[in-house]
Amino acid sequence: MVACRAIGILSRFSAFRILRSRGYICRNFTGSSALLTRTHINYGVKGDVAVVRINSPNSKVNTLSKELHSEFSEVMNEIWASDQIRSAVLISSKPGCFIAGADINMLAACKTLQEVTQLSQEAQRIVEKLEKSTKPIVAAINGSCLGGGLEVAISCQYRIATKDRKTVLGTPEVLLGALPGAGGTQRLPKMVGVPAALDMMLTGRSIRADRAKKMGLVDQLVEPLGPGLKPPEERTIEYLEEVAITFAKGLADKKISPKRDKGLVEKLTAYAMTIPFVRQQVYKKVEEKVRKQTKGLYPAPLKIIDVVKTGIEQGSDAGYLSESQKFGELIMTKESKALMGLYHGQVLCKKNKFGAPQKDVKHLAILGAGLMGAGIAQVSVDKGLKTILKDATLTALDRGQQQVFKGLNDKVKKKALTSFERDSIFSNLTGQLDYQGFEKADMVIEAVFEDLSLKHRVLKEVEAVIPDHCIFASNTSALPISEIAAVSKRPEKVIGMHYFSPVDKMQLLEIITTEKTSKDTSASAVAVGLKQGKVIIVVKDGPGFYTTRCLAPMMSEVIRILQEGVDPKKLDSLTTSFGFPVGAATLVDEVGVDVAKHVAEDLGKVFGERFGGGNPELLTQMVSKGFLGRKSGKGFYIYQEGVKRKDLNSDMDSILASLKLPPKSEVSSDEDIQFRLVTRFVNEAVMCLQEGILATPAEGDIGAVFGLGFPPCLGGPFRFVDLYGAQKIVDRLKKYEAAYGKQFTPCQLLADHANSPNKKFYQ
Amino acid sequence: MTTILTYPFKNLPTASKWALRFSIRPLSCSSQLRAAPAVQTKTKKTLAKPNIRNVVVVDGVRTPFLLSGTSYKDLMPHDLARAALTGLLHQTSVPKEVVDYIIFGTVIQEVKTSNVAREAALGAGFSDKTPAHTVTMACISANQAMTTGVGLIASGQCDVIVAGGVELMSDVPIRHSRKMRKLMLDLNKAKSMGQRLSLISKFRFNFLAPELPAVSEFSTSETMGHSADRLAAAFAVSRLEQDEYALRSHSLAKKAQDEGLLSDVVPFKVPGKDTVTKDNGIRPSSLEQMAKLKPAFIKPYGTVTAANSSFLTDGASAILIMAEEKALAMGYKPKAYLRDFMYVSQDPKDQLLLGPTYATPKVLEKAGLTMNDIDAFEFHEAFSGQILANFKAMDSDWFAENYMGRKTKVGLPPLEKFNNWGGSLSLGHPFGATGCRLVMAAANRLQKEGGQYGLVAACAAGGQGHAMIVEAYPK
Repeated sequence: MVACRAIGILSRFSAFRILRSRGYICRNFTGSSALLTRTHINYGVKGDVAVVRINSPNSKVNTLSKELHSEFSEVMNEIWASDQIRSAVLISSKPGCFIAGADINMLAACKTLQEVTQLSQEAQRIVEKLEKSTKPIVAAINGSCLGGGLEVAISCQYRIATKDRKTVLGTPEVLLGALPGAGGTQRLPKMVGVPAALDMMLTGRSIRADRAKKMGLVDQLVEPLGPGLKPPEERTIEYLEEVAITFAKGLADKKISPKRDKGLVEKLTAYAMTIPFVRQQVYKKVEEKVRKQTKGLYPAPLKIIDVVKTGIEQGSDAGYLSESQKFGELIMTKESKALMGLYHGQVLCKKNKFGAPQKDVKHLAILGAGLMGAGIAQVSVDKGLKTILKDATLTALDRGQQQVFKGLNDKVKKKALTSFERDSIFSNLTGQLDYQGFEKADMVIEAVFEDLSLKHRVLKEVEAVIPDHCIFASNTSALPISEIAAVSKRPEKVIGMHYFSPVDKMQLLEIITTEKTSKDTSASAVAVGLKQGKVIIVVKDGPGFYTTRCLAPMMSEVIRILQEGVDPKKLDSLTTSFGFPVGAATLVDEVGVDVAKHVAEDLGKVFGERFGGGNPELLTQMVSKGFLGRKSGKGFYIYQEGVKRKDLNSDMDSILASLKLPPKSEVSSDEDIQFRLVTRFVNEAVMCLQEGILATPAEGDIGAVFGLGFPPCLGGPFRFVDLYGAQKIVDRLKKYEAAYGKQFTPCQLLADHANSPNKKFYQ
Repeated sequence: MTTILTYPFKNLPTASKWALRFSIRPLSCSSQLRAAPAVQTKTKKTLAKPNIRNVVVVDGVRTPFLLSGTSYKDLMPHDLARAALTGLLHQTSVPKEVVDYIIFGTVIQEVKTSNVAREAALGAGFSDKTPAHTVTMACISANQAMTTGVGLIASGQCDVIVAGGVELMSDVPIRHSRKMRKLMLDLNKAKSMGQRLSLISKFRFNFLAPELPAVSEFSTSETMGHSADRLAAAFAVSRLEQDEYALRSHSLAKKAQDEGLLSDVVPFKVPGKDTVTKDNGIRPSSLEQMAKLKPAFIKPYGTVTAANSSFLTDGASAILIMAEEKALAMGYKPKAYLRDFMYVSQDPKDQLLLGPTYATPKVLEKAGLTMNDIDAFEFHEAFSGQILANFKAMDSDWFAENYMGRKTKVGLPPLEKFNNWGGSLSLGHPFGATGCRLVMAAANRLQKEGGQYGLVAACAAGGQGHAMIVEAYPK
């Protein structure tokens, strides 16, 4: 039973979720030589309760830096030494953040494994002292309590959290390729049980306060307060402190027991876990599941299981030792460096480099209520944007509105929204067939069919009704924005906003600026994207922009590999085992064969032979037979409503047979097939940087990982070149060039990097 | 013993244009602590407006307010409402046929008598030619009933209106679950035995789980007590302050009851039981006793308890309002004018119960009065914490600036003029009926204690609020 539960909880783990955490924010610490005056912590005594307030200077969040560590131990020693003080409260003065985790830069600065292990051991010692404190310590949590912050909190004797949406608890270390290195792997299983603890540590998910209370992670909840005699946030923190003080007193007077009543299920689980056989089964099942999902590409999850196991089977001392050692090992891995790099990139892509726009977009209009249009509407209305969704027919509009409603209603089912909130969000959406109200629109996003003349027509129609300041954004995956803007009366207001499907799940937004796009237009588009919760890369206009352009040569290679007789299932397993979340053949089906054909033809015309390889005839024949992928029920696979199992589409055999190519044995090993795909992708990405389509390698990595599913464990094409070695990649390309020709010729920038090993995309 | 002496030069019954009016407050008044001037004149001599008919309260009554589950528990809401109506008829001797219209407020509706005003009026023997309707606006339903009547009279549609309110919390409609209802409705439509059997086969035991009437805000899913506790915390109102205020309410109510000041209460012979003559929720306790209670909503550290909250109450009230000239023509001596009123609404989550704070300054400004002009404050006491939070909000410049768009604070109502005969905490709070009790308390206090203007204010679920000026009818 326990095993089932653990597995059940784990089922949501997937590598694709990586880096979805919020709030785990690093900070550049500008050193302070604060020994006498404390800068991170102040503490006061109320009656016999010491109140320790954490407030890292010049930052929105508190992070566990070296300075904070030393000030904290100093203060705690004073508290333990004082006769007047009988208990303590640990609280943050920052609204929205208790402690967001360890200082990532501090970890990144470590050169050797020993250094990292030592850091972990120091942290372990501090929290151990908290845990053994004879004076009860109450952690009063408001805002994010993540990673090291959670490890500090769970070593206290009591935890009180505000029931605020911003209050989340979690161990996101796994998302950065690490593990909780300050005793978390040992304390968490004891506190919430092994299955729940493994779930938290292996998925890195954030847990809201009410859920944390149910799990036993916090002991009391405090409701956030509304306005009173002070601003709500300020008073809420004050109230939290007051409540925490009464509990600290109660604990010191032994009027309140820090022990928690466990529910029946919890008790049974705990009992089952005392049986060695059950434990072994749980470890085994969880390990199997992790291996299946990570395909051995991510070392952190397995090490987490290992450390937890060591602690339970061999005792805490062995557990702590193993934790610190494995923590050091993990921080030193390429995977961790790649994931931390992505984290930094993500932080970068959450900023508006164009500054604040002159006018905030409040009224948005979307043309086309298809999958994309409705998706964009959904992520807009739930952020409070008044949105018009326009389509040409009532049937299409109905479908689009239903999609938005369903998206919101699914959140109600998951209890992320109340039905009342859903309704009031949904009322931000107006569905219509005409241009009424467009005179008030601040931005129009068109998501009509990918056809230049159609886009021209709607652009002209819209420009006749919108006000002068209104921005026209085009959601297209391949049509050059300058060509769309060619018919515009005001090309400085035209921009590309390339969303990814499904819009409510995919985090990336690729914004495309033309030569003529004004800076303010860009600023507005980025501001809207950020409001919609997107991670944004801004690229220059060009055929296929960045993302589509990188994908196209890889897709061409996919076709060639299939023509060479590799089974689509085999190809899928080769790509997923390399770290792609979706197999290459499945990806074609998901994107839509007609779309792939369209893109292949368009870009093939522009880039010529370099984008060749596979025969586009394959796609043409598929389209003519109606095999458009998932949307038509048939592509390389057969899709049926409600059926999860995918069967190969046997009708494809004749098409594939008619276009069969002889495989070249010297470049057809499994590894070669993987690298043929990846190197074409990487080569094209580097070329985009070389040509100035991309402004920075970081944006290239974020775009590839978040938009196209480039393996997160490799950190994106540029990080991959840095970590894997430019020379090795160039060698591979040259090998394939010898077999296939120009498509594999390394670009100049890549060659430069290969020639001078000191050159790195990330210094 | 505050008395205000008024010397009207000329007291025209129809227009009441007073040429001159003095208000003299003797130095020996009870509010000695306030450095009140010997002679205090009102900002305005009357609130009569040109070309608008004056609306007067002839009189009002209520049944005794009882803790729910006591003597009224076997009644239906219209029984209580009928008792209030017959009481009113008895008290005022108004001929039934002159009543133009009847309006009642109620909150938790009994579905069988959803227009409870009509059912009660028919039962009380009013003419079947007198129309009646029922309004709902949470705890200010009766206020809405009265102001609807004021509107009908002022606009010349009616001359005589009976307004009232009723709530019977002893019995509330508990429904079958939606699934069960759907199954039952489908069964009704099923034609063949086969269809019936296939429907019955869909039955699951969890269909039987009943659906209780919502005790929480629909928009926020938060119960009112929980919100009150958060409100008290937001304004840093302590448990002790709340208990002290509740004790004050109970003590004052007890005193008023003992001295016979609650003259709007009419006895009610409950069928099959003894005659009920007085409110039964007034229970002055001690602070020590109250301190022993555990928090009722935010456990275990909240401050709102059963003792400092208003309790679930059964009761009904009714009031006779008329155009002034009609009342005089019929030979009545009215008790008070109903003057300017105001409805407000705000955030139903964090400011659910702050209605009085928002409504008070608005209605005063509308009437052209100041806080100093008010002689009798009658505020609805939902919770001690709510009243005290409203006090703190009214006394805060910061709150006024940041949330009310005002430059200065509203100002604190002087406690010696505030709910002097008890309030909802002690007398009880039948949701739909409280409004009329507040108006009658204000009118009766002005008559008894002297003074010209009374202010009635209340908060209501949904984040709404109400305030109205009651002006004493010149003696």
